[in-house]
Amino acid sequence: MDFLNALADPAIPFLRQALLSGILASLAFGIIGTYVVARRISSIAGAISHCVLGGIGAGLYLQNALGVTWFGPLTGAIVAAIAAAIIIGLVSLHAKQREDTAIGALWSIGMAVGLLFIARTPGYVEPMSYLFGNILLISQADLWLVLALDVLVAGTALLFYHQLLAVCFDEEYARLRGIRADFFYLLLLCLTALTVVLLVRVVGIVMVIALLTLPAAVAGNVARNLGQMMALATICSMLFISTGLAVSYSYDLPSGPTIIVLAGLVYLLMLAGRRLVRKNA
Amino acid sequence: MTAPEPVVTIRGLDFAYNGNPILRNVNLEIAARDSLCIVGPNGGGKTTLLKLILGLLQPQRGEIKILGERPEKARLRVGYVPQYAYYDPLFPVTVLDVVLMGRLNRLAIGPYTAKDREAARAALAEMGLGNLERRLFAEISGGQRQRTLIARALAASGELLLLDEPTANIDAASEEHLFEVLRKLNQRLTVMLVTHDVGFASTFFKSIACVNREVVIHPTSELTGELVRNMYGDDIQMIRHDHRCSEEGHCTHGLP
Repeated sequence: MDFLNALADPAIPFLRQALLSGILASLAFGIIGTYVVARRISSIAGAISHCVLGGIGAGLYLQNALGVTWFGPLTGAIVAAIAAAIIIGLVSLHAKQREDTAIGALWSIGMAVGLLFIARTPGYVEPMSYLFGNILLISQADLWLVLALDVLVAGTALLFYHQLLAVCFDEEYARLRGIRADFFYLLLLCLTALTVVLLVRVVGIVMVIALLTLPAAVAGNVARNLGQMMALATICSMLFISTGLAVSYSYDLPSGPTIIVLAGLVYLLMLAGRRLVRKNA
Repeated sequence: MTAPEPVVTIRGLDFAYNGNPILRNVNLEIAARDSLCIVGPNGGGKTTLLKLILGLLQPQRGEIKILGERPEKARLRVGYVPQYAYYDPLFPVTVLDVVLMGRLNRLAIGPYTAKDREAARAALAEMGLGNLERRLFAEISGGQRQRTLIARALAASGELLLLDEPTANIDAASEEHLFEVLRKLNQRLTVMLVTHDVGFASTFFKSIACVNREVVIHPTSELTGELVRNMYGDDIQMIRHDHRCSEEGHCTHGLP
């Protein structure tokens, strides 16, 4: 009840903004999360999210130490995420046996670069909000970014649904049918990168993979096709974020970890439920 | 009158992977509605030969023509059936959606057309899977998955059907069913198949290509235990197959 009253309270607009952005962003999370789970690229998403800190650190340093005002943390995060996606994508396409190494290396190097930049940035920078996120800090401008990402992700998924399905299910066959599988794979990774940047704002670098994969994993248990999985993952993501936000507000807990623990619990309950059903069948 | 152009023509082909020779001086010609079985030891180059024909690999030397064109150009006229075991069992995709992938091409954007769906359903019906189109690909049996992948190749309206070890991981009854399907398809398509099951080859295929760095073609009527031993080396176990027995009890044996 507290949460509902707070939502209606004109004195605390940031809560409505957080809820609205979480609900809107769930569309991108649900669609991209489905591809990440179906194509089994969650470790790539993890490496991209950790590289984001490198970009954020570079943005903070350039802005505060060198006075490059146009290159802020958000621009840095987007550039770093896209660069990481393209590097890992190219390694994955052309030197598959080195993919694991590239993922591991970028994962750590991204973090290290970010922390070095932050250490050299004048003034105090709190890395915790980047590592663990805070949906309550989402601004009005971020809401427009969320909407733009939704349009981009949903538009691409609709227009190239069959191509992306074929590339995720059977890349070699897709290539034989004349589909530019490399292009679509890199496109998928770049969209994942942009979604990860947004996820970092909501749950932070450390917990990005969980919010990207858990709603899709829950949806995958009941979905009959990729489209259904996307729709269900979007609904799950909306429920996890809004319920997590309500619980965190009511019990004065950090929002990111609350959302993730809730999503994790639902996933575990779903797995246990399926096991029970199978045992009794 | 000139003779019809072969479906597959390979001349003087060499292929090496990272400097290791895999295939050497391969010469091969397959006529329309022929059926060729590719057998040989692991690492002998069977799958490599298939990928060269599909244009997924490029030879260092020699020439490949598929239906009179370069393999990359002829791809859309070739139906390819990979091993079903290669697929992620958790991937949420229906049987119909898998078959519809055979209708994809470079220029198709947006939803499938009514014609695409009609072609996919016709291919499923031909494979006896018309009632399974809404089922998940992961839910159906191994034999049904293999036939779904053949239906996908047929939906592409190919003239040449290439199959990579279709009898691996399926039971004897499904294998028997697969023979029948291929026999029927061979009346209108050229069929090439990679297998370890030499008995399978002897009951269905007109020719057998022994691939072990080099490619030697034999009519299946000439297939003997001695020939198989030479092909694979001594370290093999041969089991007499009995795939096809008529009601009167007449059987054709896999290996003479």
